[in-house]
Amino acid sequence: MSAVATRYEVVVGLEVHAQVLTQSKMFCSCSTDYLTAPPNSNTCPVCLGLPGSLPVINRRAVEGTIRTALALNCEIPEFSKFDRKNYFYPDLPKGYQISQYDLPFSRNGHLEFDVKGEGRRCGITRVHLEEDTGKLLHAGAIEEAQSSLVDFNRAGVPLMEIVSEPDLRSADEARQYVVELRAILQYLGINNGDMESGQLRCDANVSLRPVGRAEFGTKVEIKNMNSFRAIHRAIEYEITRQTEVLDSGGRLVQETRGWNDARGLTVSQRTKEFAEDYRYFPEPDLPPLEVSRAWVDEIRAGLPELPAARRLRFTTSYGLTAYDASLLTSSKPMAGFFEETVRMGAPAKAAANWILGDFSRLLNADRKEIEQSSIKPKHLQELIELIDSGVISGKMAKETFVVMYRERDPGPALTALRGSSQISGDAELEAIAAQVIAENAQSVADFKAGKERALKFLIGQGMKISKGRANPQRLEASLREKIT
Amino acid sequence: MSLFQKTIRELHQMLVDNEISSVELTESVLDQIAAVGEKTKAYLVVTRELALRQAKAADERLRAKRDVKPLTGIPIALKDVLCVRDVVSTAGSKILKGFSPPYSATVVERLEAEGAVFLGKTNCDEFAMGSSNENSGYRPVHNPWALDRVPGGSSGGSAAAVASGEAIGALGSDTGGSIRQPAALTGIVGFKPTYGRVSRYGLIAFASSLDQIGPMTRDVADSAVLLQAIAGHDPRDSTSSPRPVPDYLSTLRDGVKGMRLGVPKEYFVAGMEPAVEQAVRDAIRLLEQQGASIEEVSLPHSDVALPAYYIIAPAEASSNLARYDGVRYGYQAEGAKNLIEEYMLTRQQGFGPEVKRRIVLGTYALSSGYYDAYYLQAQKVRTLIIDDFRRAFEKVDALLGATSPTVAFPLGAKTQDPVAMYLNDIITIPANLGNVCGISVPCGLADGLPIGLQVIAPGFREEIALQVAYAFEAATDLRKLQSPLMRAAAA
Repeated sequence: MSAVATRYEVVVGLEVHAQVLTQSKMFCSCSTDYLTAPPNSNTCPVCLGLPGSLPVINRRAVEGTIRTALALNCEIPEFSKFDRKNYFYPDLPKGYQISQYDLPFSRNGHLEFDVKGEGRRCGITRVHLEEDTGKLLHAGAIEEAQSSLVDFNRAGVPLMEIVSEPDLRSADEARQYVVELRAILQYLGINNGDMESGQLRCDANVSLRPVGRAEFGTKVEIKNMNSFRAIHRAIEYEITRQTEVLDSGGRLVQETRGWNDARGLTVSQRTKEFAEDYRYFPEPDLPPLEVSRAWVDEIRAGLPELPAARRLRFTTSYGLTAYDASLLTSSKPMAGFFEETVRMGAPAKAAANWILGDFSRLLNADRKEIEQSSIKPKHLQELIELIDSGVISGKMAKETFVVMYRERDPGPALTALRGSSQISGDAELEAIAAQVIAENAQSVADFKAGKERALKFLIGQGMKISKGRANPQRLEASLREKIT
Repeated sequence: MSLFQKTIRELHQMLVDNEISSVELTESVLDQIAAVGEKTKAYLVVTRELALRQAKAADERLRAKRDVKPLTGIPIALKDVLCVRDVVSTAGSKILKGFSPPYSATVVERLEAEGAVFLGKTNCDEFAMGSSNENSGYRPVHNPWALDRVPGGSSGGSAAAVASGEAIGALGSDTGGSIRQPAALTGIVGFKPTYGRVSRYGLIAFASSLDQIGPMTRDVADSAVLLQAIAGHDPRDSTSSPRPVPDYLSTLRDGVKGMRLGVPKEYFVAGMEPAVEQAVRDAIRLLEQQGASIEEVSLPHSDVALPAYYIIAPAEASSNLARYDGVRYGYQAEGAKNLIEEYMLTRQQGFGPEVKRRIVLGTYALSSGYYDAYYLQAQKVRTLIIDDFRRAFEKVDALLGATSPTVAFPLGAKTQDPVAMYLNDIITIPANLGNVCGISVPCGLADGLPIGLQVIAPGFREEIALQVAYAFEAATDLRKLQSPLMRAAAA
């Protein structure tokens, strides 16, 4: 890649489609549940495009779009409208998609993110709102299928399109942009960031230009990237492919290419000559929208803490490195897990190391999110406490963590760990009890005078001497026996 | 006089007074449909059983004197562009052959709530595109005044049904004159309300920014009654107006004394038949005698309304009709080898020539590189037309003119010349583009064929249009005019 970097400059712009998590669809009152509901059960005359049906705007979806746009530092114009994007496809029931063309809800924003601890900034062209399409299910591979089925449960689900400026200069930057954007959507509670189920989708426009040249090269649009890793790999692949074409004196064609994750390459889907003319025109079934300043102010006031602010707070309040803070805050559930663990008493650095180290490795291997794990902040905090008090070694803790991770209830594994290293032997306990009595004459006297509380203090001292390993019940018995 | 010859208001009184039952009335109308239906071909579907069931229910309401409304028990015809739950609704198109919607249009629900009786779905030009009803995907409608002539269109079936006694009243839809022009050509009253006055939910769309549902009746008062029942905001139609609906009957008889009525000079177009012009000028004089002051006004952009309309309406139609692809409902061509062929065959076989012509026109007008020159330009013209009306209504309360430049023409006379056909709507189209309301009321006969006077009032001032039309109607005995088919059958 270094050779490429010297000859050509990489130019990437991203189009991210993110569903707005509303209860009901964009233009009707059907449920947005298309992942678990039986096919075509969440449909009505409006989202099926039956003759005579009319759309009615879901205010919550508009609000979610404006929230997102504000979080991306966009301007929110006072007037906006919906337009029709016309094309034929079996998953598009009306033969047009209600979208936004020249007056979107927002424009001119930017997104700041880190690449390996260094700050970057990418312009946001616009965030607009449209309706999602249905889903086709082919009987076999699409080329050979004898029949296809269509499920309209997804048709009409509100979908934002977030368009970036061509400001990204590498596959790393592109990936980090999406990581940050996904985190923001999660923090806003607008989208859960699931790329595999299609709630978050990303297309990339990739081109190269000789270093120093102002005008852009021929761009290629890449579709079908369903993970951060796929985004990175697809763009890397495309940079190499385009470099080879240019170096061999060839010309690039403006086209759409699909990422084939299994084969690790992009495949041409259609070229510009066959590009559709979408015949956009204002949606006559919906009056233009006036977005009042009061409403925008209200939405702005309700914005939660966003990843960038949380990142800063993690470095200042917890003393984490910028890199760790950035990793932890890239997922809202992960950042929340970290804060909860610390709140329960774990040292921040240790909690961060566990979450970003062993825990993330296990989660990544299983393609799971932190909130899906049976390990809760309390478990991690207790484990860290056992290490810090010297009860168990770091090595033991790591082994136990894997066991805990595999269990539906990690509690017993943790208890067993504590139990296995507990001092229950009479001789050892007697020695500890003797040491405590010898070192705390005043408390011993108090206890003898009838102050039950003094005994608690003495037990505590014994736990301290034993580094927490003493069996507290047996220690208490031993102390009582010796003092009285 | 047979029951089917009477007006909504006369019959309402008889029903309330227990002189007749709704079942008797409904049977009288169904008998007339049986007698003349094959002559007019006004209906595509007659919902006999539904009608009798509704009539029985209405009679119970009347007997119990519970929730009796002006339309309780009154047999009404519905243009086939209106969705009625579980009743075949095709917009006069083969592409929707056999399509029974699982829901009803808002206007249908409102009439149902009033206790009206549904006679069936009336024939119309396919997707309401036409001025003669010859574009019906099934069969043309014949004019009850002269069976070899067209009834006008696109609401020709509703017009013919009301004019022949096959319905007491009807609903039509008007995108460029489709209620008013057939009303004029069949000697009835037809009223296009202001865009937004009546919900379009469940109206199979032709051109969404122009379509409006309205009443077609024997007289002006009946139109007021029918409009009263269907007007008002509907949360399911975002383009319907939240303005309150006035009581149209309360001002109906207020007369035109002291009113200022404008006569747009541009509305006396070239090609207007002399008898039509004469009848309209006589009507204007009559209103003057009733105490209105008449002045000539100008709507300078009237000449570009027709071309603008034939960009905007087809553009919207090309998009609205994209959903008829054979995938989910309606007609599906057989024998297609792949998806594209499936689309092409279905649409080739399912749509008629006029619909295809407009889809092509509209697709072209919206295409990249042509949008600014056609669609955007047409929208600018529309703004000028809105301004024309606004300026005119600063001076006058309502405008008067002909509804159609000609009387009913023979079937087949204009089918080979689309532009000649389009010119039928030259004086009705501006009201659709200008967001105003317009009513057509009979104003005379020429060689035994009806002529319509058009009264145009400002947006959401339906009461003014009704008031002027009523004043004219009351000053003549034209209200008693009946088509030969109605008279013959009654005799």
